[in-house]
Amino acid sequence: MEPNDYDIDETDLELPTEPMRLNMGPSHPAMHGTIRMILELDGESVEKVDVQMGYLHRGFEKMCERGTWAQVFPYTDRLNYVSPILNNVGYALAVEKLCGITVPERCQWYRVILGELSRAADHLTCNAAMAMELGAFTPFLWMMKAREHIWDLLEEETGARLTHSFFRIGGAAKPPTENLKRRATEICEAVERVCRESEKLLLTNRIFLDRMQGIGKISAAEAIQFGWTGPALRSTGVAYDVRKAHPYLTYDRVEFEVPVGHDGDNYDRFMVRWAELYQSMRIVRQCVEQMPDDGPVNVDAPELILPDKQDVYRTIEGTIQHFKLVMEGPKVPKGEVYSYTEGGNGELGFYIVSDGTGTPYRVRVRPPCVFTLQGFPRMIRGHMIADIVPTFGSVNMIGGECDR
Amino acid sequence: MSAVIVERVKAHFGGAVVETTSFRGDETIVVTPAAYYDVAKFLRDDAACDMSMFIDITAVDYPSRDARFELVLSLYSLHKGHRIRLKTRLFEAEEGEPADAAKPTTVPTVSTIWAAANWFEREVWDMFGLKFEGHPDLRRLLLYEEFQGHPLRKDYPADKTQPLIPYRQGPDVLGKQLPFLGDEGMPFGRKDWAQRDAAWADDAMGDPSDAPPPDGTAPTPVP
Repeated sequence: MEPNDYDIDETDLELPTEPMRLNMGPSHPAMHGTIRMILELDGESVEKVDVQMGYLHRGFEKMCERGTWAQVFPYTDRLNYVSPILNNVGYALAVEKLCGITVPERCQWYRVILGELSRAADHLTCNAAMAMELGAFTPFLWMMKAREHIWDLLEEETGARLTHSFFRIGGAAKPPTENLKRRATEICEAVERVCRESEKLLLTNRIFLDRMQGIGKISAAEAIQFGWTGPALRSTGVAYDVRKAHPYLTYDRVEFEVPVGHDGDNYDRFMVRWAELYQSMRIVRQCVEQMPDDGPVNVDAPELILPDKQDVYRTIEGTIQHFKLVMEGPKVPKGEVYSYTEGGNGELGFYIVSDGTGTPYRVRVRPPCVFTLQGFPRMIRGHMIADIVPTFGSVNMIGGECDR
Repeated sequence: MSAVIVERVKAHFGGAVVETTSFRGDETIVVTPAAYYDVAKFLRDDAACDMSMFIDITAVDYPSRDARFELVLSLYSLHKGHRIRLKTRLFEAEEGEPADAAKPTTVPTVSTIWAAANWFEREVWDMFGLKFEGHPDLRRLLLYEEFQGHPLRKDYPADKTQPLIPYRQGPDVLGKQLPFLGDEGMPFGRKDWAQRDAAWADDAMGDPSDAPPPDGTAPTPVP
């Protein structure tokens, strides 16, 4: 009997359906961080997502109101823990803006070098994790190798691999080591070599491309509505980069391009980060050429900078100054500023309020990845459950920064 | 550069502008809560201001002031490259007291102007207890529904501990949920000892070790 013998309206055969609710997270092996999503599904495609975060909330802003201005630095390390140097610099610049001081030129170059290496580590981690979640494990290991090179240098310079707490209000904890320039040049080469190798492994892979291209698309207008910044915004074609639009430190004295995408899909976000890696290396090379070999690192402001250890032990003035700075904290003038830098995920802003004492009255961080995450339900609408993994990876949600 | 905006806002909303300040290159406009929404909308729609991007919304608590909270909205113009900080001062909402027009405690949500404001207004509600009129989904963002108090208020002690909350039951899936249901995961330290003791107390006539354990685990021998 042929099926055509029956004159059946096909819609009558469909069973009545209702959206299925599925819980994903908070601790899911394919998720980037501890976050929960309640999915509303139609078959296997996602209709609606409710993102619930806060599982890593530590009360960053409350903790800042307890210690001195200098004691905030270790907390900033743990915001975006993939690129702690950028957070250190962002907070230091905010307090320096409030104090009305500018760090010496040598320190500015130093901050740019370590900051750009950190940014490269951030982008490498994000892209590597995204590739790994799609099953590409070898490129993940390759990129981790590149990140190891960067972390080796950061360890040599700051003494810590991950939580550096290195920069200070008005300078840095230590001057650059003698080997900085040689090592930075070597590492730029090593990272670029590894990147080119992993490109060959990844960027012509059919599976990788199929799962990245056209998935998680968003338009530039929507991205701006959601307040996106950083690589996620640039992937939609808007060339907004704080380093170019409002140069700070010495970014106006180096040449670099702002890579943009045009579709705003996962592939574009991946490629924008990838292109920025090379730009970061380019910036580091120029910094190495231009950075002076000697000169002060800290500003000449005894009311902010800890005195030399020799002075602390040998002179009464040094002892008292050290005691006052440690116990009461540096006195930051009364007022409030908003300072913004380009973090790994976009515009990292610090809104700080001082009442003139050694303790911050209010420290507010503008977490760039929360803005991107807020656009996630829009990006994933209509895609499959499996697409959540690469799309969420391309958001680069960092638990420490997102939940604070 | 941003001073142009301050002048334009002053020209349009003369009476509503309480104060303007300029400090270290940051321009700030303080407006009355009644005009807050209109000024925000004007800042986005006016061609000279063109504040297309929502940067941040947060609050600062000044317990010694009459109007205790300062709501701080930061905006940025992607095309013109200028920034502005818009502030308004709000009173603390007293439980059970009728709304006093002279002491505004809420402002309209700006999430209808910038979609990005949605979550950040939720965060301000979470951390400071300020409500936004007409907000589509004013749940806590970072903390959980049963959290007592609003931690970024200055009168919330930083070392305060929160009570252990009971398991949440029920079909409300989209409400903020607890991480695990009763039968999900491992119940770390979640045995209800008080309930067990109460069950034993009721059965005072018999031997305590005969009482059925409420959660199915073997009772520990009582010395």
